[in-house]
Amino acid sequence: MITTKPLPDSSIGDFLSGYAPIPGAPDELLDAHGSVRPVWTDLITHLASRSSEQLDAQFARGASYLREAGVFYRQYGDADRSERDWPLSPVPVVISQDEWTEIESGLRQRADLLETVLADLYGDNRLTRDGHLPAMLVAGNPEWLRPMVGLRPASGRYLHFVAFDIGRGADGRWWVLGDRTQAPSGSGYALENRMASTHSFAGFYRNANVVRVSAFFKAFRDGLNRLRKEEDSRVGILTPGPMNDVYFEHAYIARYLGMALLEGEDLTVIDGQLMVRTISGPQPVSVLWRRLDANWADPMELDETSRLGTPGLLSALRAGTVHMVNALGSGVLEARAFMAFLPRLCEVLTGKPLAIPNIATWWCGSEAERAHVLANAGRLMIGPANSLHMPLEPDRETSLGGELRPASAGSLAEWLEASGPQLVGQEAVTLSTTPVWSEGRVVPRPMSIRVFMARTPSGWQVMPGGYGRIAASDADPSAVSLSRGGSVADVWVISDKPVIGESILESGSGEFGRAQSGWLPSRAADNLFWLGRYVERAEGTMRLLRAYHGRINEMSEVSTPLIPSLASYLEARGISTEDGIPDALIGELGAATGSANRLRDRFSIDAWASLADLQKTVERMSKSVDRGDDAAVAMGVLLRKITGFSGLVHDNMYRFAGWRFLSLGRALERAISTVHLLQIFADPIAPEGGLDLCIEIGDSVMTHRRRYSVNINRATVTDLLGLDPLNPRSVASQIEEIVSHINLLPGAGEAGRLSPLAKAALRLSTDISVHTPETLDAKALSTLAAQIYDLSNDLGETYFN
Amino acid sequence: MRYDISLTMTFVYQAAAVNARQIVHLMPADRPGRQRLIAGNLSITPLPTRREDRFDFFGNAETAVALDGAVKEVDIRLQARVEVTGSAFPEGLPTPPDALAAEIAGWRDLGPSSPVHFCAPTMRAPADPAIAAYARDVTATNRSVAGRVEALGLALNRDMTFDPDATTVDTPAAEAFAERRGVCQDFTHIMIAGLRSLGIPAGYVSGFIRTIPPPGQPRLEGADAMHAWVSAWCGPHVGWVEYDPTNATFAGPDHVVVAYGRDYGEVAPVKGSMRTAGGQTSDQAVDVIPLGSSD
Repeated sequence: MITTKPLPDSSIGDFLSGYAPIPGAPDELLDAHGSVRPVWTDLITHLASRSSEQLDAQFARGASYLREAGVFYRQYGDADRSERDWPLSPVPVVISQDEWTEIESGLRQRADLLETVLADLYGDNRLTRDGHLPAMLVAGNPEWLRPMVGLRPASGRYLHFVAFDIGRGADGRWWVLGDRTQAPSGSGYALENRMASTHSFAGFYRNANVVRVSAFFKAFRDGLNRLRKEEDSRVGILTPGPMNDVYFEHAYIARYLGMALLEGEDLTVIDGQLMVRTISGPQPVSVLWRRLDANWADPMELDETSRLGTPGLLSALRAGTVHMVNALGSGVLEARAFMAFLPRLCEVLTGKPLAIPNIATWWCGSEAERAHVLANAGRLMIGPANSLHMPLEPDRETSLGGELRPASAGSLAEWLEASGPQLVGQEAVTLSTTPVWSEGRVVPRPMSIRVFMARTPSGWQVMPGGYGRIAASDADPSAVSLSRGGSVADVWVISDKPVIGESILESGSGEFGRAQSGWLPSRAADNLFWLGRYVERAEGTMRLLRAYHGRINEMSEVSTPLIPSLASYLEARGISTEDGIPDALIGELGAATGSANRLRDRFSIDAWASLADLQKTVERMSKSVDRGDDAAVAMGVLLRKITGFSGLVHDNMYRFAGWRFLSLGRALERAISTVHLLQIFADPIAPEGGLDLCIEIGDSVMTHRRRYSVNINRATVTDLLGLDPLNPRSVASQIEEIVSHINLLPGAGEAGRLSPLAKAALRLSTDISVHTPETLDAKALSTLAAQIYDLSNDLGETYFN
Repeated sequence: MRYDISLTMTFVYQAAAVNARQIVHLMPADRPGRQRLIAGNLSITPLPTRREDRFDFFGNAETAVALDGAVKEVDIRLQARVEVTGSAFPEGLPTPPDALAAEIAGWRDLGPSSPVHFCAPTMRAPADPAIAAYARDVTATNRSVAGRVEALGLALNRDMTFDPDATTVDTPAAEAFAERRGVCQDFTHIMIAGLRSLGIPAGYVSGFIRTIPPPGQPRLEGADAMHAWVSAWCGPHVGWVEYDPTNATFAGPDHVVVAYGRDYGEVAPVKGSMRTAGGQTSDQAVDVIPLGSSD
């Protein structure tokens, strides 16, 4: 039970002074008489017991958790599609367990109803034939997918994971505002909301009887695993990829549930079976949690312009080899026109009314309803019947009283008459308000709640709270949409009994699923390899630039041929010497970030933050850093940062195949760039100072001093940077590393026989081991370079295709 | 009218393609009252790893092909004997244009030949204000739905120039209309967009047409091409009619139907996907040989 000391009422009174609910809209916190509702008492007492500075400080802990965890979303419509911080409103919305239980039961009824309607829409069409649903509305719905008609899902169910947006209307009842049946997002963010809450309300939360959300995920994951055909087949999450607005959530939830995060191009269909291309060959997938809109899923039979899909996916569905969560085509129910028919369909199909009504909706395709909409236009939102936007997220054509109708449509009456079947009118929404922390005090803001539900062997499980949406202003409920500046809040369901058991997750120690190992998708291997190469390449560029800019001030270019020679070497790599920070360096780091971005589910937050910091630093420096000393110093800073990133990755990454590809990328890049360096600057005709440059770029100045008693000469440099197996930066060391990794990759040696790739690596290793500084001349170096390039190509052909 | 139809399509890939997937809509339709498929064979070389022959939503024969190994060339061959048994001219009690919307709003059938599928704009026949304004102008005086269909088709035939070099398979209908140039596919998409803007359900028909050689010259082998025209729903009494705007005629015994869809995207003869490094070239030859009438 709560052990907060009772406070004099005056402190709560002070805290809530100026909290003025909007007339006509119910408030979550205060009842009609202005008294705090019982379920809020403990939280408000806690908040009122602290100064606004203390509250700011405790809320900052939650915000800083989110920042460090890298929680972000993208906003559609941003020109640069930049990542935005997660806009969490720190004060949770509080709901009693009793009230929540009613919501749960009402939404279970609705989820079952939607399942039945879907089965009919893709089955025998009784609902349209009997006149309960206009056929033209179904046919005109862009999410009603004709290739899915008659195709029963393998599990017999269309819906497995759904969400409902609900709000409390003027009469105090809950209303369904929108059905999310395609691929609802937000459940992963709900977990992060809760994590942030536990940071903001550290001591208080533990005893506040808040029902935990993690059991919901465990039940859902177990349900997905149970759908699998065989034990060795996999469960994957299908994402549109890094450019999606909520890609963070896809990567986060994949990591959290221990499932593979897959893009359409990872998948292929072989003889009717859906497979993932992995470095060990194609592996079966039998369950996909789809976060990709259905129309993009298969360019052969759905949207032919999609580059995100998997050709032949529908064939696999027809063959019954894969469970799609949710079925392709389930998004049809998101059209707002359905709201006009669901109350009646519920009566027809179940004999009972909807336990929780949805917002009143009229389809203007019939005479009587058209007349009603015309007569009540002033309080109705009028717009396209098949819009998939919710009433809270009006599209460009939906407006109060139909004011945004096309100019050509004439008067409202004319518009309704001419285009009635394409239009619906919906009750304009009034939402209840909830307290939001703003500039040192709480103010009321309209809110709605997204309720997530998962089908499990024991029926629909409901996530207890977790995700509320808050409007940016008190006047406009439509502003609950994130794209209109709204924010998000945790939702606490408060039990009247003590809640026991911190889940592993809610105590903050990360994911609970054990990752399925030995199962690296080829695309991920490809990205890891290139990440290794790009990071190493950027590091090499930094060393070259530091050497160049450090020398141009000390020496006169005319008398020192090394400088123009170094400049042309840089130019040949595409790196300009005109700027302190050349664009090419920013580009190399951008390429590294791009590869890493597609691997977010595999990286620690620290490694990701470190790479992002590097990118930001170099972009900032590019505005101010000049040529010469300034640039040389800047390169020093960047070099320390990039080696920090490499350290985080190489020291902390689990030693499975993915790490090997990353290391292979680094070793191959380092080998090739060192060979090139020797080719130019250790050549007998290289300008004076070339040999010193080599050991400086090769980060081996100290070693050279210790290792050789003689002055620097071509033989010592070639030996140290080319052949010395004890120098971790020598070409020979890289090749040794390459061989050891390749030998441990899948298929490297079967039945005692080496694969062609392993043979080529071994040949390279033998070749370099018999060289001496004298034999490693220009010709031998160029042969070596060619062999390394070939090995890189062979690696790609063996594992990335 | 009976025909022997043969078609060969060859796809050549510069670099060997792997995981080639194709969906083929080439087998002529078997539609009672309109056309009878007497015999037909579709063969694919090399032999596919997997082949599924089925009917799509609209009842068209479709063949899904998977070629898992590396291929440099794919040949698709069709041989079919078809009898065109009926025409698609309007017959029956005309429906006034104003009554159509209410008919469709109350329509309860969601099956493949229901008009409800053909009302909304589609990707290759999207709503376009210029086409809509044109369609309104050229049909304003017609008092029946079928009359409007014919009026729009005739007007397009008059105002558009047939020009195989003006457009490609992916040129948007609006662009072809703005240029007033294109091939049968463009004529058809423009007419579909126009009819839908008038509230008349309209779809795409792909098929073959018998070509008549210039007087005094022999028929050239392989010179016939695949063709496209429009199907339009003219109310509950008249039902579906087919109009060929490229030739300014309702579809008759010279029009052999392969597939019905909402636009070209749904009934493209061959839709493909593969992983290949290089480009591809394709070639086709079509023969439609009349066998004389059969009664």
